[in-house]
Amino acid sequence: MSHGTLLVFEVTILVLAIFLGFEVISKVPTLLHTPLMSGTNAIHGIVIVGAMIVLGLPHKDTFTWVVGFTAVVLASANVVGGFVVTDRMLEMFKKREPPRPVDPSRNGNPE
Amino acid sequence: MSTNVANLLYLVTIVTFILALHYLSSPAHARRGNQIGAAGMLLAIIVTWVRIGTTSWWAIALGMLLGGGFGAVAARKVKMTAMPQMVALFNGVGGGAAALIALAELHRILPEPGAPKVDISLAIVLSALIGSISFAGSMVAFAKLQELIQGRPITYPGQQFVNAALFLGSLAAGLVLVAGVQQQWLLWALVGGSLLFGVLFVLPIGGADMPVVISLLNAFTGLAVAASGFELENNVLIVSGMLVGASGTLLTLLMGRAMNRSIANVLFGAFGQVTVDATAAAEGAGGGTVRSASADDVAVMLAYAHKVVFVPGYGLAVAQAQHDVRQLADLLEAKGVEVTYAIHPVAGRMPGHMNVLLAEANVPYPQLKEMDEANPEFSRTDVAVVVGANDVVNPDARSNQGSPIYGMPILNVDDSQTVVVLKRSMNPGFAGIDNPLFYNPKTVMLFGDAKESITRLIQDVKAL
Repeated sequence: MSHGTLLVFEVTILVLAIFLGFEVISKVPTLLHTPLMSGTNAIHGIVIVGAMIVLGLPHKDTFTWVVGFTAVVLASANVVGGFVVTDRMLEMFKKREPPRPVDPSRNGNPE
Repeated sequence: MSTNVANLLYLVTIVTFILALHYLSSPAHARRGNQIGAAGMLLAIIVTWVRIGTTSWWAIALGMLLGGGFGAVAARKVKMTAMPQMVALFNGVGGGAAALIALAELHRILPEPGAPKVDISLAIVLSALIGSISFAGSMVAFAKLQELIQGRPITYPGQQFVNAALFLGSLAAGLVLVAGVQQQWLLWALVGGSLLFGVLFVLPIGGADMPVVISLLNAFTGLAVAASGFELENNVLIVSGMLVGASGTLLTLLMGRAMNRSIANVLFGAFGQVTVDATAAAEGAGGGTVRSASADDVAVMLAYAHKVVFVPGYGLAVAQAQHDVRQLADLLEAKGVEVTYAIHPVAGRMPGHMNVLLAEANVPYPQLKEMDEANPEFSRTDVAVVVGANDVVNPDARSNQGSPIYGMPILNVDDSQTVVVLKRSMNPGFAGIDNPLFYNPKTVMLFGDAKESITRLIQDVKAL
């Protein structure tokens, strides 16, 4: 594939991603806007792929080495922190809390 | 692994991310979605790892261990009340990573003979620019939210001009690089200028406008990552970055709409300075009298009400009173009182902040009502309890054309029979705007720290 063809192809998926993003995200209720922010934060942690590619380049000089290494550290913090925080938040959203632990055992007892 | 196989596997990752966002449409399966997304991320990392081969594998592993370890510990330890700054921090490091990748790429292609392909160098320049702004801006937002620096807008004469000059200067340095002038100092001007711009751009934005800023910086990081995708010709970066960019943009617009202010006004208006107008307004409204009540008076009102609505604001987060509010609500429900929570879209420091805090306190989410749902309910509400909220219940937004918040949709707590305002003192709220709600004959004030006041209310309701 020529460079120009590749570029057109990339721009195509970029534009489609914009519309897809608006479509999917407009369905997220305000209740979940904070997890949406931290969830999308985790998703942009995909930049780790780029950081790995840079640090994995053969024959790199010290500058590239240092910059790539820092990028991997930052991106890993982004990925792990993003997904863990989002998970912690979403775990808390419950419809009804389970009945009090003492209740079920006492219910059967006569007054 | 061939490039085609790798790209197909990256496509799987893209699909998991879309599913993760799709599942966020309901709290019932949102957590599952996040796990699917995390699995997709892991797949992308493994695919990349295999493709790179053995080059520098130990450096990559060490970097991941350091960053991942920090991320995991920070994410586990953070209190729910500190969530906005944690989101700002993770957002910033993502932007920083994108900017660093751009630096490395530029450094790699500059010495090559002939000008680099325009689209590639343009993508590099954009991701360096946007990534640096996002990194620096997020760090300032983090420092503001963590109260390392003051939350009030920091302004000085000629600020807009300096900011505009910095931004245009950085952009110009970038464009000259794209044009093929291979000078190292242009690169440093680009990065240094945009870092400084990021700092100066967030500094004048007040704490109450943080929901807009955080959403915007989120969009910036997404865009920077998408630009990295063009640099590295990598689809998964382009699509994921753009999904985040779209999400952040949409949230920014929603927050602006919820405040009835243009995004430009939020970003450049330095809203929340204590201005002469605000003082004048305070004097005008200051003629009314304020009724203060004791905790046992309020406890009686609450216990004999049919319907009580809690209206939380940032003060709830500061006082960490969410668990106590929940406990009070439980007591009232046990007495047969109907309890709900009315949540304003911009209450707190990030979109949806209050929902997360109340969810942490185990409040079932069907009790959390959005503004459109909550407002018609106030007319049949006996007591509305305002906990640490101010501007989002200020009737001036409806009626006083001179008010800086005029036109912002608010929660109409004054439609209810009685309003109880829990407040530290009569100092004006964050924005320095007086609130006529406090002088309304329906309103009683319960002064003191929100957490202590609620604890006293709990004791008094129990004693009834």
